[in-house]
Amino acid sequence: MKKGGSILSLFILSLSIMGKAQENAGLKLPVGFKASLFANNIGSARHIAITKSGVIFAKLNNPNKEGNSIVRLEDTNNDGVAEKINGLAKYGGTGIYVKGNSLYASSNEAIFKYDLNSKDEVVNPLTPLTVVSGLIDRREHNSKSITLDMANNIYVNIGAYSNACQEKNRMPGSQGMKPCPILDSAGGIWKFDGSKQNQTYKDGKRYATGLRNVIGLDWNTQTNQLFVAQHGRDQLNSFYPNLYTDAQNAELPAETFYAINEGDNAGWPYVYYDPIQHKKIVAPEYGGDSKMEGSAEFKDPAVAFPAHMAPMAVLFYTGDQFPAKYKNGAFISFHGSWNRAPLPQEGFFVAFVPFKDGKATGEWEIFANGFAGMEEGVKVTNTGKAKARPCGLALGPDGSIYVSDDTKGAIFKISYNK
Amino acid sequence: MGNKVEKSIKALCFCIIMILSTNCVQAQNLINGKKIFETRCLVCHQSDGGGVPNMNPPLDGSTNVNGKDIARLVKIIQNGYDERVALDGMYYNNAMTGNPDLKEDAIADVLSYIRNTWSNKAGLVTITEVKKAIIKNKLNKK
Ligand code: HEC
Repeated sequence: MKKGGSILSLFILSLSIMGKAQENAGLKLPVGFKASLFANNIGSARHIAITKSGVIFAKLNNPNKEGNSIVRLEDTNNDGVAEKINGLAKYGGTGIYVKGNSLYASSNEAIFKYDLNSKDEVVNPLTPLTVVSGLIDRREHNSKSITLDMANNIYVNIGAYSNACQEKNRMPGSQGMKPCPILDSAGGIWKFDGSKQNQTYKDGKRYATGLRNVIGLDWNTQTNQLFVAQHGRDQLNSFYPNLYTDAQNAELPAETFYAINEGDNAGWPYVYYDPIQHKKIVAPEYGGDSKMEGSAEFKDPAVAFPAHMAPMAVLFYTGDQFPAKYKNGAFISFHGSWNRAPLPQEGFFVAFVPFKDGKATGEWEIFANGFAGMEEGVKVTNTGKAKARPCGLALGPDGSIYVSDDTKGAIFKISYNK
Repeated sequence: MGNKVEKSIKALCFCIIMILSTNCVQAQNLINGKKIFETRCLVCHQSDGGGVPNMNPPLDGSTNVNGKDIARLVKIIQNGYDERVALDGMYYNNAMTGNPDLKEDAIADVLSYIRNTWSNKAGLVTITEVKKAIIKNKLNKK
């Protein structure tokens, strides 16, 4: 009898959890916002871009079941769910961007450009123009994220194929190389002309350096400035157990968000940003002892986030639908950590960074949470168990925002109800 | 007659002691292997052996981890791994740290641990197997 009762209550409990999970597609949002599951299981959806008519293009890390690595999604009846889904392209990658009737997409070593017709369909799916090619892909940090400015220049991240520029990557005791030779061709943002073809390194320009790996970047059209979010280095405790405990490694270094000007140097691999001491600290591979302060020549972040949460996309909110405080602020998606282990993981949410007069205030808050699908108050311990991991962000023509997930390939649509 | 019984009892005792002690040795291997896993491997392969999608492969359920090619596993642990070949049909972008300082017995322990934890049931790896594997890997290099 007692057993029957507890089974019944368990049943009711699980029903209520399921009921909750359906509301707002399982997401937790500020009051007045709602979410729908725009699409699911489309493949490992990295960045997303939206046309003026609201057609979404998602770039997949690898081709999906249908063999496509760019997926086109259209919500034909305006119910918040895509009905018409098809695709193109065979190459995996991360970057995608729509500018007028051009669709730019990146593989892990090149950037291509397609033409869109008046229905926002790709005219030349098999014959894109090659805008840039020959960018370094040595697997580690090989995503080539892209954004464009108002003058049609492309900014592409070329991640460092290394953790800390050691002589032997990720080998305990191996010293950092000085100068770090990787920085000549990676570990920064490169600028190319979006209207030219067949460019390589020599046609571009290293716009900013000392950035280990940037996946999220966006052009702020209000201030005419590039903003990037960097993934900080890993494994301070495993390589330097005398200097860093597991608990310290879980908090160090900060994930950093920078307002970039041409020529800036954010200091990787020589320094990292410590969010507790609020200082740039010399990396232990370069003689640091966890306290020694780094050179002032390196840039300070506009916002320092907790360690290892992995910022994946930056989106300036220029829409008109959300409440006034969001206008011209930045959304940043956080994939969720893995290298805080053995401590519980953090992230798996979309944050909002308020801006005032074109500058980040330094504050930030969680905007949308619950992607990992954990029960209330339960943290992710094993990253592979997270149901969804926020990745791409895009702004729809009606002012809604979209968030992609590269685990199963979900796209969430988030809107505000006036 | 009495002598025979005594002999077989002695033999039986010997057997029991042998079984108990090898079990003990095995348990010790796994405890030590777990310790090594937690300090050196857990961060990437995660405590459930499930890895991190697209970055670090799962060890739980991996065909190679449960497979017969011990020499390959020993090489990966010693030198690290950054080949980006398909592992059970998936590709992983991170580079694995090498462990050149791990002794042969420690390599045997951590391999025994990852082959017999989570859903893996692939049998233990002995120090002799590790030694043989190291020689084999050296010869293959030449
Ligand atoms: C820095 C992260 C990292 C650490 C630490 C790490 N690994 Fe790995 N491991 C990887 C990656 C990444 C791969 C796959 C590399 C590739 O595909 O090129 C891998 C591959 C493997 C494989 C091959 C799996 C297969 O299916 O063939 C084994 C076995 C393995 N690791 C065991 C270990 C053990 C044991 C340790 C600790 C002594 C360890 N790893 C520490 C990241 C790591």
